[in-house]
Amino acid sequence: MKNRIWNPEMECMSRKDLEALQLSRLKALVDYCDKNVRFYHERFEKHGITAEKIKCLSDIQYIPYTTKDDLRDNYPFGLLSVPQKKIVRVHASSGTTGNPTVVAYTKEDLDNWSEQVARLVYAAGATDESIVQICFGYGMFTGALGLHYGLEKIGATVIPTSSGNTEKQLKFMRDFGTDTIVATPSYCLYLAESAREKGIEFPMDQYKLKLGLLGSEGCTPEMRARIEERWGNNFFCTDNYGMSELNGPGMSGECRERAGLHINEDHFLCEIIDSKTGDVLPEGSTGELVVTNLTKRGLPVLRYRTKDITNINYEKCECGRTSARMSKIIGRSDDMLKIRGVNVFPSQVEAALIGVTSISPHYQLVVRREGFADTLEVRVELIDASLLERYGELEKLRKTIHDKIKAILGIEIKVSLVEPKSIERFTGKAQRVVDLRSK
Amino acid sequence: MIIKQLSIFVENKKGRLAEITEIISKADANIRALSIADTTDFGILRLIVDRPDEAAAALKSSGITVSVTNVIAIGIDDTPGAFSVPMRILSEADIDVEYMYAFITRKSEKAYVILRVADNDAAAKVLLDKGVELLDEEGFHKMM
Repeated sequence: MKNRIWNPEMECMSRKDLEALQLSRLKALVDYCDKNVRFYHERFEKHGITAEKIKCLSDIQYIPYTTKDDLRDNYPFGLLSVPQKKIVRVHASSGTTGNPTVVAYTKEDLDNWSEQVARLVYAAGATDESIVQICFGYGMFTGALGLHYGLEKIGATVIPTSSGNTEKQLKFMRDFGTDTIVATPSYCLYLAESAREKGIEFPMDQYKLKLGLLGSEGCTPEMRARIEERWGNNFFCTDNYGMSELNGPGMSGECRERAGLHINEDHFLCEIIDSKTGDVLPEGSTGELVVTNLTKRGLPVLRYRTKDITNINYEKCECGRTSARMSKIIGRSDDMLKIRGVNVFPSQVEAALIGVTSISPHYQLVVRREGFADTLEVRVELIDASLLERYGELEKLRKTIHDKIKAILGIEIKVSLVEPKSIERFTGKAQRVVDLRSK
Repeated sequence: MIIKQLSIFVENKKGRLAEITEIISKADANIRALSIADTTDFGILRLIVDRPDEAAAALKSSGITVSVTNVIAIGIDDTPGAFSVPMRILSEADIDVEYMYAFITRKSEKAYVILRVADNDAAAKVLLDKGVELLDEEGFHKMM
């Protein structure tokens, strides 16, 4: 498929012009926040920041970071920069711990958001011919409506099925000829498995699905390969990234090259920092992503700490876009473990476990200090009873898992097979790690 | 000539065997023969019970990893050398034994061995041809 570009002017701009645009927008944003948001005004005053002092992009470093706690502390509308009558939409994050984080949009914000999403879905291969089923839950969550508006903007036919009711989802897919799906990677895989289970009644050739716009949770290359294999028929899926604090989905997404997620840099100024020290890291480093939404007007957020670990590549892409690309999210800064001096993310272990069918998707990492050395135990639940006939099969499974994880992490680990349901389940974000070293 | 056996994955932790056998007892199944082998972390418990399907269903609904597999049971004289006869027969027929365990009963003079082999049907046929006593499910539970 040819690489299509929705907004060549913005997506293929020279780096020089782009940086000039970013700088002028940054200065305008600082001035805007100073005048309209008490929280920023007080911060700027304390640190002696004014729009005039921002002379180049790296001067952004004088502005303190904004954290999720800042958003929570100002719940619900403390960070609004416009009168409420100018706000046309409010979303909120799940708020699994404490107050939810609220985000608010002016009409202009919604237009910008739709434009951002339009570029990503177009880059992924959606067009005005596409028939798209949105299987994200609608509601306070930004995912569904974000994709919805962006897809409508490019002229696609949008079917807002929302989440759940797998039978109905599959029926609409067959009956409407749905060719594009918006879902989490895990639900997209689940739908494929369910479709296959009903393969005798409804053969797989009744599905026209060829594109997946996956998001809202990470998708490893192994997971992607499995989803594509299960749907078959050259199904192709792309990853996109965003978060409600920064509008929602639409910050970045993959083109057909799938060589990183193109950032909408005219709207988002990105930095990579050391999450421990807070220092900005040089170009090409891996660290925590910090984002300033340059065009947000309802509830602007300056230098937002995403806690997501990635790196940014500023090389021009094969697709023709000059926009920088971030790698898939490697992990969360608050999940990162240091074991014998090596950085370990639970997501790396998860990637290794995908494709191992004899175990459940639940796993746990237990870190201990034995003598002077850290040890990592990976606990997985055995669900495949057919392996019980031979000890050798269980040992083989353990060795397979051990070797896969060791190859990715580069450190010695111990793998334990445990009984199903013996690893604690979480309804919100899973606590995968038990660190016993501090005790 | 085939008997159903339960294989149950058991983590090595305190009280686990008690919990598992309590579930079996609640399913009103009686344990006839058993074997357990373990490594440092986990074990596989193998059981012959009088109501294998009910016991397996109860275990599964409690989230326990359990499989029902077919094994054969042979009766042998309780005398020196008696057990080597069927072993020789299987060896000559090129049938591998994965594992086995033995038990005796109050109602019979004989000793009994549960055998898990690569090919149940082939093993049953060659053993019967050579005059070895094989128990079927009914015969097995009646003898208890």
